[in-house]
Amino acid sequence: MQKSKCKPDKNKGEPVISIQGLYKSFGTLDVLKGIDLIVCEGENVAVLGKSGSGKSVLIKIIVGLLKPDKGTLNVLEKEVEELNGKELDELRLRIGFSFQGSALYDSMSVFENLAFPLTMNVKHLTKKEVESAVEEALEAVGLKDKAERMPAELSGGQRKRIGIARALILKPEIMLYDEPTAGLDPITSAEINELINEVQEKYNTSSIIITHDLTCAKNTCNRVVMLVEGKFLPSGKFEELFGTDNQQVKDFFNYNFIQ
Amino acid sequence: MGINKFTKHQMSKDDTKKTVFSDSIDEYFIGVYTAYKFVIRFFKEVFVPPFHIRAIITQSYEIGIKSLALISVTGFIIGIVFTKQSRPSLEDFGAASWLPNLVGIAIIRALGPVLTALICAGKVGSSIGAELSSMKVTEQIEAMEVSAINPFKYLVVTRVIAATIMVPLLALYCIFIGLMGSFINVHAAETTSFTTFFKDAFSSITFVDLFAATAKATVYGFTIGIIGCYKGFNATKGTHGVGKAANEAVVLAMFLVFLEEVIIVQVSNWLRYF
Repeated sequence: MQKSKCKPDKNKGEPVISIQGLYKSFGTLDVLKGIDLIVCEGENVAVLGKSGSGKSVLIKIIVGLLKPDKGTLNVLEKEVEELNGKELDELRLRIGFSFQGSALYDSMSVFENLAFPLTMNVKHLTKKEVESAVEEALEAVGLKDKAERMPAELSGGQRKRIGIARALILKPEIMLYDEPTAGLDPITSAEINELINEVQEKYNTSSIIITHDLTCAKNTCNRVVMLVEGKFLPSGKFEELFGTDNQQVKDFFNYNFIQ
Repeated sequence: MGINKFTKHQMSKDDTKKTVFSDSIDEYFIGVYTAYKFVIRFFKEVFVPPFHIRAIITQSYEIGIKSLALISVTGFIIGIVFTKQSRPSLEDFGAASWLPNLVGIAIIRALGPVLTALICAGKVGSSIGAELSSMKVTEQIEAMEVSAINPFKYLVVTRVIAATIMVPLLALYCIFIGLMGSFINVHAAETTSFTTFFKDAFSSITFVDLFAATAKATVYGFTIGIIGCYKGFNATKGTHGVGKAANEAVVLAMFLVFLEEVIIVQVSNWLRYF
């Protein structure tokens, strides 16, 4: 195992996300205590950890929803802290974010949910072009026939898929998944895992997958890092982490499989 | 890459929560300051493109057209009831013929705009507060942000503009419907013609009255919109926060409408004498 940095893997490209010494507190609660992470092009990295350990905070910092207290953050060769509003928006267009609760717009149909980021960000698109882009994204998640449905009419798994389709509509280079399989049955979870792999292959995205679902981490990620008490434990491939002697990692893995 | 670029946001364990007066008083002043910043942000963003015209039209429909039925019924009933209740007192002084005049002054100067504002504070304010707070707690507002869409501009600015435009229009409509209710009652009792009633109703009304009625309804519309959005946009604590935001949006908007009514009446009275 190695420290939380990408391996000089021949199959992987340049770093797309580079984090050094990142700190984040909420009042007196220190959530992230100086974490380092590098995600390379085409790599899927799972961030494991208990609920409330700061996993979601990490990806919200990456996309600029939260500001860190200290540290450096480089995403797609941009120093996030130095970006103004417009530049941050341009960076966000290159990052897809799948929310834990899907965060679909309740008042819009599935079609409108997908068309919304497109029509708001890409000027002079014809109606046909929008329809074709939405159709392609829905096809990618296998829900082409649900375009006219409202989010309330969809199942949990379908909502997750539509959330991923919405994130994909702008063809991002990085995908951030926040608990993609949380609250889903094992079969639907397996379908979502498969979808994450398909997305990575089809769109050649680099991903950070926030999860506490070991099956999801095992089936979707090249590398697994574990966040414990605001710091990353040494990272590695799933199998490497599974066989580690570190008691905190062992406890986490044992709990998931035995309980 | 530099080191410690985020030092301006740096926080240490020493930055524990300190109170100036007490928790609740501090919270009140922080709330006032946050609301002030929210209003300032609105004025900073309202004149900057994109203007989301389609969203403004949709919101105007939601706020204006969908409130028409409620405003019609309430305005009509108020017109009839106010006329019925005023008649005996005027008859005691042999001044029943002044009824259209009295009703005109009452409805145009005060009842129409205030009644519309109170109905809209209840219907529109709570709806905006609940909708935005529910979007906030289900991360829909964050979803807009990560899609490079400015949620303040798309959700807040459009709703406040729509409320500021539609409430005065609804107030003018309410005035007309209230006067129609009054006319039906007067016509039933004294067979007064439509033309005579409206001529009498407007005999004491000046341009300042109509301007003040429209201007204050515009202020009420802005107040209802911005309060609903402020409470919704800053909602916390899950579903409990949704109910709280909707409730506070109504209560605060109604309170501010009454406060503004007092101030605007003073100003318009002052203008009337110049």
